[in-house]
Amino acid sequence: MRTGWNERVGRNAFGWGLVLPSLLFLGLFTYYPMFRAARLSLFELNLATPKPRFVGFGNFAALLKDPVFLKVFVNNVWYAAGTVPLAMALAFAMALFADKAIKGRTFARVAFFYPNMIPMIAVANIWLFLYTPHFGLLARLASWVSGQNTSLLGGPHTVLGAMIAMAVWKEAGYFMIFYLAALQQIPKDLYEAASADGASAWTALGRITIPLTMPTTLFVAVIAMTNAFKLVDHLWIMTKGGPNHASSLLLYHIYETSFQFFDQGMAAAMTVAMVALLLLISALQVFGWDRSIHYE
Amino acid sequence: MNNPELTWGSTKGARKRASSREKRAALRPRGGGLTALWHLLMLAVGAVWLVPFVWVVRTAFQPPSAAAGSGGAGGWTSWTLANFMHVWEGAPFGRYYVNTALITFGILLVQLLTVTLAAYAFARVRFAGRGLLFALFLAQIIVPPDALVFSNYQVLNQMGLLDTKLGIMLPYFASSFGVFLLRQAFRQLPYELEEAVRLEGCSRLGILARIYAPLCRPVYVSFAIVSVSFHWNDFLWPLIVANSDTNRPLTVGLALFAKSTESGAQWSYVCAATLLVAAPLIAFFLAFQRKFIDSFMHAGLKG
Repeated sequence: MRTGWNERVGRNAFGWGLVLPSLLFLGLFTYYPMFRAARLSLFELNLATPKPRFVGFGNFAALLKDPVFLKVFVNNVWYAAGTVPLAMALAFAMALFADKAIKGRTFARVAFFYPNMIPMIAVANIWLFLYTPHFGLLARLASWVSGQNTSLLGGPHTVLGAMIAMAVWKEAGYFMIFYLAALQQIPKDLYEAASADGASAWTALGRITIPLTMPTTLFVAVIAMTNAFKLVDHLWIMTKGGPNHASSLLLYHIYETSFQFFDQGMAAAMTVAMVALLLLISALQVFGWDRSIHYE
Repeated sequence: MNNPELTWGSTKGARKRASSREKRAALRPRGGGLTALWHLLMLAVGAVWLVPFVWVVRTAFQPPSAAAGSGGAGGWTSWTLANFMHVWEGAPFGRYYVNTALITFGILLVQLLTVTLAAYAFARVRFAGRGLLFALFLAQIIVPPDALVFSNYQVLNQMGLLDTKLGIMLPYFASSFGVFLLRQAFRQLPYELEEAVRLEGCSRLGILARIYAPLCRPVYVSFAIVSVSFHWNDFLWPLIVANSDTNRPLTVGLALFAKSTESGAQWSYVCAATLLVAAPLIAFFLAFQRKFIDSFMHAGLKG
């Protein structure tokens, strides 16, 4: 009895000791900051109110009435809606090609994936150049198409589209990787059987490949959606959120609010909203994943 | 996601449905032409994907006057390294390189330690609260430190570590992603192996160092590639923490450099600086493209 109890204490101490280093850093930079933001979101704290004043949910109520926040949020939703389906559809096509093609297979993989090896900030430089009126390749293309001199990043109606094009270029190759992995898991004899049954390539695609990569599609959708909220580095270089907040995204607006306008209470409230959003999107995966596991 | 039962359950249905479509499918032409068109289309997409990079490379190696001009025909003839010299002298990129290397590999070194210990605990040690703790670790994957820049800045401020390399590294010393990846790998090793070595009097930490870690080397390499790629390219957090050239990494240095040049005539400098920053990872990627892509694939599957 006595030795059993000793053994158990030792085992628990050993386990916790091993986890402790990780837990320490997670506590300091994940759990505590979340708690801190949640608490601070209930206070007014900015340049005009240097001492925190309790306002309850006042910050959140103010957010819902703040036209800039609403605009930024709607921007982010459009940005996600534009980036996610396009990047995923392209990623799927790229994977189909890069998985099967015998000639040009390595070329395709490298060409599609290399944007992920470039820092977002460098990507922003590259695309800013492409979009620069007179000099940039895409700016000239746009001018030629529209028949007039167009500044894609300067126009409030084109700037978000220009960002979406860049994001799709950057991300599609990354999502391709997940589809490549999924395609490799599909037993090859399925296709042989389908082919022997006289099914066309289209039928095989619709009846084998797409259904069997469904879990991956869900997984990638979650990553893609959260990325649409997490990756904002490019704004710092390209537009600073402008013109007139037309391209600003949530995380960039949090950065502006806290480090340029020094409104800590509002920045905290927006951080809480951001965390809630990320948790919500990720929850989709857990529920969806559960269902796909049980559909047998 | 890679549950074999899941795969089989749905394939049976798929096969049945596929054969019921037999007739309709047989009517379809089997297009060699269509396949060729599809290959051509995807190769074209690949070529389009390369255009931005090629354009930047071209501009970086051209004299500034050529980039400011039409940029069309004739732009391919004169090559120069002058832009790179100008950039290298115009901003402390050498220092930025050292900083990025220190930060990236500093993070990786500590991560390898914390991740190995925690992964072993989750894989092989039965301790109270293990399940709950494992769920708690998930939080870092869903809400990465970058999304918490605002609060993390204040935490770092309280610790007095603003504008230090350590401050840039600290939030990433723990990696839940790495823990999950490695735990999976550890669990696949036979438990008998551990028992046998233990009977010979080897301590558990000794087993971890001498058996588990070496056997999982490929997983460590995958993790290292993903981690280094991420931190080499990270921007927002170092931007906020670093306030001096002593601590700025490449990405922040590049952003400042690009902001300091305004007119179009200086695009050749910006392109050269962009290449300088992106070159090391791109070069490694081109040299080991299979390993890179496998690592991200592997990491994604387990994540």
